[in-house]
Amino acid sequence: MFDASLTELAAALAAKRISSVELTRLFLDRIARLDGSLNAFITVDPERSLAQARAADRRLGAGEGGPLTGIPVAHKDLFLTEGWPSTCGSRMLANFVAPYDAHVIERFNAAGAVILGKTNMDEFAMGSSNESSWFGAARNPWNPECVPGGSSGGSATAVAARMAPAATGTDTGGSIRQPAALTGICGLKPTYGVVSRHGMVAFASSLDQGGPLARSAEELAALMNVMAGFDARDSTSLERPAEDYARELARPVAGLRIGVPREYFAEGLAPEVAAAVQAAIDALQKLGATTSDVDLPNTGLSVPAYYVIAPAEASSNLSRYDGVRYGFRAPEYDDLMDMYCRSRAAGFGAEVKRRILVGTYVLSHGYYDAYYLKAQKIRRLIANDFAEAFKRCDVIVGPTTPGVAFRLGEKTADPVQMYLDDIYTVAVNLAGLPALSIPCGFGRGGDAGPASDLSRGGLLPIGLQLIGDYFAEARLLGVAHQYQRGTDWHRRAPPIGH
Amino acid sequence: MDWETVIGLETHAQLSTRSKMFSGAATAFGAAPNTQACAFDIALPGVLPVPNKGAVERAIRFGLAVGGEVRRRSVFARKNYFYPDLPKGYQISQFEAPIVQGGALRIVLPDGAEKTVRLTRAHLEEDAGKSLHEDFHGMSGIDLNRAGTPLLEIVSEPDMRSAAEAVAYAKALHALVRWIDICDGNMQEGSFRCDANVSVRPAGSDTLGTRCEIKNLNSFRFLERAIEYEARRQIAICEEGGRIVQETRLYDPDRDETRSMRSKEEAHDYRYFPEPDLPPLEVTDAWLAAVGAALPELPAAKRERYERELALPAHDAITLTASRDTAAYFEEVVSGLAEAEQGGEAQARAKAAANWVAGELAGALNRAGLDIARSPVKARDLARLIARIRDDTISGKIAKEVFDAMWAGEGAADAIIERRGLRQITDTGALEAIIDGIVAANPAQVAEYRSGKEKAFNFFVGQAMKATKGKGNPVQVTEILKRKLAG
Repeated sequence: MFDASLTELAAALAAKRISSVELTRLFLDRIARLDGSLNAFITVDPERSLAQARAADRRLGAGEGGPLTGIPVAHKDLFLTEGWPSTCGSRMLANFVAPYDAHVIERFNAAGAVILGKTNMDEFAMGSSNESSWFGAARNPWNPECVPGGSSGGSATAVAARMAPAATGTDTGGSIRQPAALTGICGLKPTYGVVSRHGMVAFASSLDQGGPLARSAEELAALMNVMAGFDARDSTSLERPAEDYARELARPVAGLRIGVPREYFAEGLAPEVAAAVQAAIDALQKLGATTSDVDLPNTGLSVPAYYVIAPAEASSNLSRYDGVRYGFRAPEYDDLMDMYCRSRAAGFGAEVKRRILVGTYVLSHGYYDAYYLKAQKIRRLIANDFAEAFKRCDVIVGPTTPGVAFRLGEKTADPVQMYLDDIYTVAVNLAGLPALSIPCGFGRGGDAGPASDLSRGGLLPIGLQLIGDYFAEARLLGVAHQYQRGTDWHRRAPPIGH
Repeated sequence: MDWETVIGLETHAQLSTRSKMFSGAATAFGAAPNTQACAFDIALPGVLPVPNKGAVERAIRFGLAVGGEVRRRSVFARKNYFYPDLPKGYQISQFEAPIVQGGALRIVLPDGAEKTVRLTRAHLEEDAGKSLHEDFHGMSGIDLNRAGTPLLEIVSEPDMRSAAEAVAYAKALHALVRWIDICDGNMQEGSFRCDANVSVRPAGSDTLGTRCEIKNLNSFRFLERAIEYEARRQIAICEEGGRIVQETRLYDPDRDETRSMRSKEEAHDYRYFPEPDLPPLEVTDAWLAAVGAALPELPAAKRERYERELALPAHDAITLTASRDTAAYFEEVVSGLAEAEQGGEAQARAKAAANWVAGELAGALNRAGLDIARSPVKARDLARLIARIRDDTISGKIAKEVFDAMWAGEGAADAIIERRGLRQITDTGALEAIIDGIVAANPAQVAEYRSGKEKAFNFFVGQAMKATKGKGNPVQVTEILKRKLAG
């Protein structure tokens, strides 16, 4: 049952081979058994989950079920979930119980899905390893000494370890795709504006986008059919007709024009990753796709631009956590300024504070033009690069990350090294494009320094990134699905919990 | 040395929408603290702004009314600073691309002179909440009812040269925002508040001096006194050879002085940047045209029309266009009068209506402290009264008595005239008989008049009016008296 797809689960529920309560219990039990060592969840509340499961069973009994009715789904802890703690992985919100549901949660509730729990994450989604969580790092189920990636590391771990059939995440600079790649699962970052940000705690408003994590492209499509949609409460939500994200799953790859960006195979890419990605490209060619080189000349500027724009927005977005109305307030202080300083100093972790400082600096009088404005210009250049590339190809294919999962603590001392793990993912956010990551092989991390002496397991997943033009989600999912019909990387389970 | 004061005003007009600038919470004044603050207003995690179309429309209306440029794409920006009554830690405002750029306002000074004040810009923004420092015993209370209330900040060029000019500008602006129905103008409730930028320079100089910004000016009187105080303060410093320090100052009405709030060095770095939660605000040509079409005739145009078409003197035209209600009342009197008379001279009718609306009625309203919209004498009824003067049924003097009775609720003019028997005596024979009697009974005064003392004539008019209980037609009485006394 843990390896069953969403379609199979839905069929089992519809045929009454299992009830939602039984299914939810199975996963809750597995979480209870495994999560002590993996730390994928911040909050699990069996009573609440089972109450939803009972309601789903009534709905199924009345024949009113949909594709996700009764299926447990885990949610990243920055989607506000009414009555649940919604902490964003921060001490600042450790005591915050959400009074309303995010749009995404509303959609899953309306579909009859069961909230399985709230997943671990880098604090306020700032990180690529899950190590900045106030609740401790989540662990990679392929090797618990390695990170699962971040910031949606808890969601990725939960899905990879079969503790949840599916999960939600958010992607500001790679926070869905990178952990999906590092844990051997699939993750989709939709076009900016496709999934409402209402109730999704902001890190960098112009880059943040919610999306699904699951074990196959087909399941991502089913999840997108629930998550996506216009929401008037988010002014950046795009008003478009509802679409079926599964509509291109059966479309053959023959004739697909694949663009391969030279810049994504340059220095810094682990050879084992390059080889796995190349093999995936070869497989797609065998299915009838053609390939050509494309240029994304400003790729090298994407990380610097990203680390100006994202912190700038974050520094402002996180100003509301001031200890005045909710969240953490220092127990003792002398005056107002002292209360602000102590509450924010103790409520935020080091990475969040680093980004607030950077963001405050780049917006300051006298520096705005040199940093923020210049970064915005680069952002436009990067979007133009993609626009040019998509004149000559349908999908851009490359690695999701430069290497496989690294060890806990390996990059925490050097933030820039950590930021460079986002090199292939941030440009997509800057341009607002859709992209997904699917597993395409395994590596040993041989070129990633200390990770080469991995003590057990030894094999770590490699992710293949597919980038599409605006609103090309269905096409991306179709290509990924066709690839997955002929490969079994996505069916490999980590050596845990058997 | 002679000094010139230079003043520019920044005015916050609270837009009269029922809900807030970016949330659905109500904007009504006076609710219990924090009862009109929704998730967005208290800045919960995950909330997002949605612009209020009504507020945008009011800003467009203003832009059109002052002849400014209404930007097709304006940009919201975040103004970042920490304060407990600013829940998000930033205010959503507009910075580099405000919705209205430029424009001008024509003002009338107390001596009747007129002047044009240029506007720099007007932009949309949200208000902050309120910090309450009393009654909390060492703590501060926060009321977020006002947080998120829509404001239009209207910035003038430094075109005013005296406190009186600044007040005239503020009054004209106040009248305009009410005229175009975008702000209720209630200054006590803070719906219309001004900050003044004041500097001084030697008369004849064309460079600006260092300015101070004075805050907390919530009445025209405070505005005037604060500027006067501040100009005196700055001139005194300059005359002693000192330098003005750029700073923000607060007006204290109890002490009638301004005092330093924060210096330029202490000023915040607001770290403005485009609000990423909001795409640029688009105003389509169609929207602009629709708002323009729904705009009422503006006070300046109306005033000009009154002078041109109705031949009213400037001071009448200004008084009658002081508010939209006044102008509407006046126009209803004019049309009521036209209906009652069926022909006749339009400009004379307008002048008669103007005299009554700007004279007797304005005085009565002023004494009663009433707004013209709540006048006990309705425009149609006043028109009927004026018609009775113009058709010689009653004299102007009697009309005042009738007006008082109408004000007191005694009914329509005709009914009062009939009931009180106030109809004018126009029967020449009857008047001649009465006047013959008076002339015969006062030979001494007759002699006096005939010896050249013109003043004695008034005695006879008075006697004639007394004898007719004021109902003798004054024109006829005068004519008959002149004839009889000429002897």
